[in-house]
Amino acid sequence: MNPAWTDLAYLVAAVLFILGLKGLTHPRTAVRGNLYGALGMLVAVIVTLIGPEFGWGLIIAGLAVGTIAGLVLAIKIEMTAMPELVALFNGFGGIASTLVAGAFLAGSDGPSDVDTPTLAATALSGLIGTVTFSGSLIAFGKLRELKALKNIRFPGQQALNAVLAILCVGLAVWMTFDAANSILAYWLMVPLALVLGVFLVVSIGGADMPVVIALLNSYSGLAAAMTGFVLGNNVLITAGSLVGASGLILTQIMCKAMNRSLAAVLFGTLQSTGSSDSADDIYANVKSTSADEVAMLLEDAQRVVIVPGYGMAVAQAQHAVRDLATRLTALGCEIEFGIHPVAGRMPGHMNVLLAEADIPYELLKEMDDINPTMDQADVAIVLGANDTVNPVARTDPQSAIAGMPIIDVDKARTVVVIKRSLSPGFAGIPNPLFAADNALMLFGDGKAAIVDITKALEDS
Amino acid sequence: MLLTVFVLAIFVGVEIITKIPPTLHTPLMSGSNAISGITLIGALLTLEQGATTTAKVLGVLAIAFATMNVVGGFLVTHRMLSMFRKRK
Repeated sequence: MNPAWTDLAYLVAAVLFILGLKGLTHPRTAVRGNLYGALGMLVAVIVTLIGPEFGWGLIIAGLAVGTIAGLVLAIKIEMTAMPELVALFNGFGGIASTLVAGAFLAGSDGPSDVDTPTLAATALSGLIGTVTFSGSLIAFGKLRELKALKNIRFPGQQALNAVLAILCVGLAVWMTFDAANSILAYWLMVPLALVLGVFLVVSIGGADMPVVIALLNSYSGLAAAMTGFVLGNNVLITAGSLVGASGLILTQIMCKAMNRSLAAVLFGTLQSTGSSDSADDIYANVKSTSADEVAMLLEDAQRVVIVPGYGMAVAQAQHAVRDLATRLTALGCEIEFGIHPVAGRMPGHMNVLLAEADIPYELLKEMDDINPTMDQADVAIVLGANDTVNPVARTDPQSAIAGMPIIDVDKARTVVVIKRSLSPGFAGIPNPLFAADNALMLFGDGKAAIVDITKALEDS
Repeated sequence: MLLTVFVLAIFVGVEIITKIPPTLHTPLMSGSNAISGITLIGALLTLEQGATTTAKVLGVLAIAFATMNVVGGFLVTHRMLSMFRKRK
């Protein structure tokens, strides 16, 4: 095809990507936005395949394998496992950029023909892509709760990361300015970057995963943009930088929601500070309750706020919650959901789960909207949330989560905390809410507990 | 020229995504993730005729990974969004 037409088609694809992302920022246009994005991709792929002579067999094989695997994963995944899947796809995008950069070096007439800026872009494409890949795999493992990946920290970890990063950058600089050895330098850099990605993510706590996933998302876009520089292709640069920017904004939103700097997240400074009160002291006055008792409380309640957390996802309790909400509404009770921005393992995780259970999103209230009315709630039900409702964030400036905005469930007349045990959340600090005068603990599996409460309500 | 495109696209990205409701954080992330699979175009180009064997091997792997990212990413986003749309 005439290069001018190709460029025009790429421009159309880029515009579709912009419209797509724009659409994804409003509930009413989101589905259309996603379709625009997919259409843009289709246009870009078709245009690329028209004209030049290709090794078709390999292309078809690659496309077929990728399509089938992508379809299977996307269809089979449970909504609760969405964060893992997104992390995994992120990683695949990253490794693809690494491989393309490697293929470019191998396929050129000789690396010495490649100019310096292009070599620099190749190095960056490989470096960012690889870190994204191994980092995403670790994030995937952490989200799957693989025990082996839990809280791996060792002395000198930051120093090791720094050394690895310096080595990677050093090799990147070497390959940029010594074209003749660029292939060697590139393939020395890639394994080091793999290790770097692992160590960067492995020490980050689970509570920070929403930030990490958003950041890796941004990286995968940047890697694609760098690949665009390598190949001199505008559509890659445009699409890649759009993703890079969107990931960065989400990262910023998540950090703000936790009142933490990006640096604090990346260097894993969230650690329990060995609070002076031991968990035993704090939990001396915990009152445990039963589903029947909670049902009685709810019968008399005018306004109930449910605050979900990752525990709801683990217990797959969203449908049970919907039934309870329906039941309470039928009893004339006003019901709302208080959603903390970083509840769950990925930005907006709770919204997706509650939507899956057909809970109208008008009932989902953001933290800033629900907090001012929290003292008018008769009952607040905390379902598998922990750090995001810990009043220590407000009261103890020494705490690891000091200053993090929380949902003020402690201000409700009664708080019912549904949880398996008194174990701390990801921040690893005890929660005095559990022992507050107005708090009742309902120990057990989130789903079973909600089902029991609903049943008790129906029986009465 | 390429650098101009890069910087402008970042600005456009920032401009269109600054105010996004939390409800859509996950779909936006997963949708933009699918778009980052644009590297598929790069992967396809590596298999233009005349590619060395190494380039072919790397290229076909890149195509498979990027396609997974693209196909899976858009589909999963669609699944999520259709849940949001159902009621109303």
